[in-house]
Amino acid sequence: MATRATSNLLSVRLRKNLGKDFSLDAQFEAGPGFTILFGASAAGKSTLLNCIAGLLQPDDGVLSIGSRTLFDDTHRINVPARDRSIGYLFQNLALFPHLTVEENIEYGLAKLAAPARHDRVMSLVTTLGISDRLNRRPSQLSGGERQRVALARTLATDPVLLLLDEPLTALDNPTKSALLNDLRAWNVSHQIPILYVTHSVPEAFALGERVLVIDRGRIIAHGTPQEVLAAPSQELIANLTGFENIFDAKVESVNKQQGTMHCHLGKSAVGLEVPLARYESGDFVRVAIRAGDIMIATAKPLGLSARNIFKAQLVSMRIEGTTAIANLSAGSDVYFEVHLTPSAGYELQLESGREVWLVIKTYSCHLVSRDAT
Amino acid sequence: MNWAAMTLTLKLAFVVCVTLLVIGLPLSYWLAYTRVRWKFLVESVVALPLVLPPTVLGFYVLIAMGPHSPFGRLYQSWMGHGLPFTFEGLVVGSVLYSLPFTVQPITSAFSSVDSTLLNASAILGASKLRTFRRIIMPLSIGGIVTGLVLTFAHTLGEFGVVLMVGGNIPGVSQTISITIYDNVQALDYATANHTSLVLLAVSFATLSILYALNRRAGAGWLVQQ
Repeated sequence: MATRATSNLLSVRLRKNLGKDFSLDAQFEAGPGFTILFGASAAGKSTLLNCIAGLLQPDDGVLSIGSRTLFDDTHRINVPARDRSIGYLFQNLALFPHLTVEENIEYGLAKLAAPARHDRVMSLVTTLGISDRLNRRPSQLSGGERQRVALARTLATDPVLLLLDEPLTALDNPTKSALLNDLRAWNVSHQIPILYVTHSVPEAFALGERVLVIDRGRIIAHGTPQEVLAAPSQELIANLTGFENIFDAKVESVNKQQGTMHCHLGKSAVGLEVPLARYESGDFVRVAIRAGDIMIATAKPLGLSARNIFKAQLVSMRIEGTTAIANLSAGSDVYFEVHLTPSAGYELQLESGREVWLVIKTYSCHLVSRDAT
Repeated sequence: MNWAAMTLTLKLAFVVCVTLLVIGLPLSYWLAYTRVRWKFLVESVVALPLVLPPTVLGFYVLIAMGPHSPFGRLYQSWMGHGLPFTFEGLVVGSVLYSLPFTVQPITSAFSSVDSTLLNASAILGASKLRTFRRIIMPLSIGGIVTGLVLTFAHTLGEFGVVLMVGGNIPGVSQTISITIYDNVQALDYATANHTSLVLLAVSFATLSILYALNRRAGAGWLVQQ
């Protein structure tokens, strides 16, 4: 067994210029367990992984796992990719099409003697449920099986760090859940840092103890999934995580005892009560509300705890899959998108032009900072 | 049918193929994977024999290995005789003549190998040599075979370069295509026809096998995911 670094901490500080507008500038640490790298496409997640794996050379910085330095430009250290003992599951899997499942999985085990190699392959394929596929080629496997072979190949080398680039995107939900369980179980017995790239909020919640949000090559937020994704502080993250309604608003008054502020949306008379934050009367803020957090009532509701109840007119409604998406206007230039179940839309007899009441809790209004343009 | 000439031609084709395989693989690897800016110059030099009239190529090869050139003189002092009008001289000329026919299909095949496969191989601990042996070569075998077969067929049919460099000496540098020319000059159409038919049949058979193989392998050097 190769000697391991004493601690398993991944420490990253990298900069890389990739052309006219794009450069990567990231600094973070990741301990054993799952760290989610969250962001839109082309945000720099794959570039970051490639730098950590040694496939791309950063312009400067330091990269280390435990006490082992993998890259340090001031000391001219740059360990080649093949000596880094890192497991990397690529987004397109990169299974060798001309090799069988067994040959694929044992590809990284050349240094082991044949019996040890065979044992390790067998234990992995048994755990992942593909032991009857050993002699097949990747083209003869289903999508889920290919993913599991790729995962087995990545885990077979007993890496000190695992990089997973959107490993579950192409799978159906049952297969996804099964693989997530396999990954978590493996993590219990192999306490190494795992960087998991995804743009799926449910996956982040399912796996992550820690989330790093990346945008345009920079880490713009970090914390638990709850902190970062459910109550986003930045408009960009709100956009990524599905806040359909984002408005400009002006603070009218601040009520410290009640812990709320009163704002006006746009140029309209629509007022919203939002949670208290460090603003003063006259400040401009951005308010983000999920379409699924807004209720529609056909008559003005009484006795509700929600602080925001106001009139609106239905502009249009359409059904997409299992959701009814309604567009409503509340004042001259303020439009809300609301999500309901189709049956609710039918029962309330919502048609274009109908006047309704919208109900929004104060805590469903999230104040986000503007994007830097 | 001039069997001596046929044997000579086959021998020439075989030697040229082996030589070009040895030279071509590293050159193709370099062309497929290097990022230097002046790569296009090398690509142009390699492609030259495709557009140059064979007599031009033959002429320059003759001059370059002749008794007045440094290379020619060096060879003379080593071997005791000159390079032009010998079988070895033919090999040199033919190698240059068929260079693009070997290098281009192989380079194309190497470049078509999905680069994430190469990355995966590196991450899994393989050296560049191992990656070449186990990933690049097997996935490019179609291109390599194509290059070799094209080179073989191309050498069989050489005329201009061979005439210039070899001098049409029976048993030494008289290839089969030259004998056809000689036969026509001597008005011996029967022999010319006979020889030509044989060559036509051989060429067609070779190409048919090549295309049949590539069709079955799904164009073997194209990587599927």
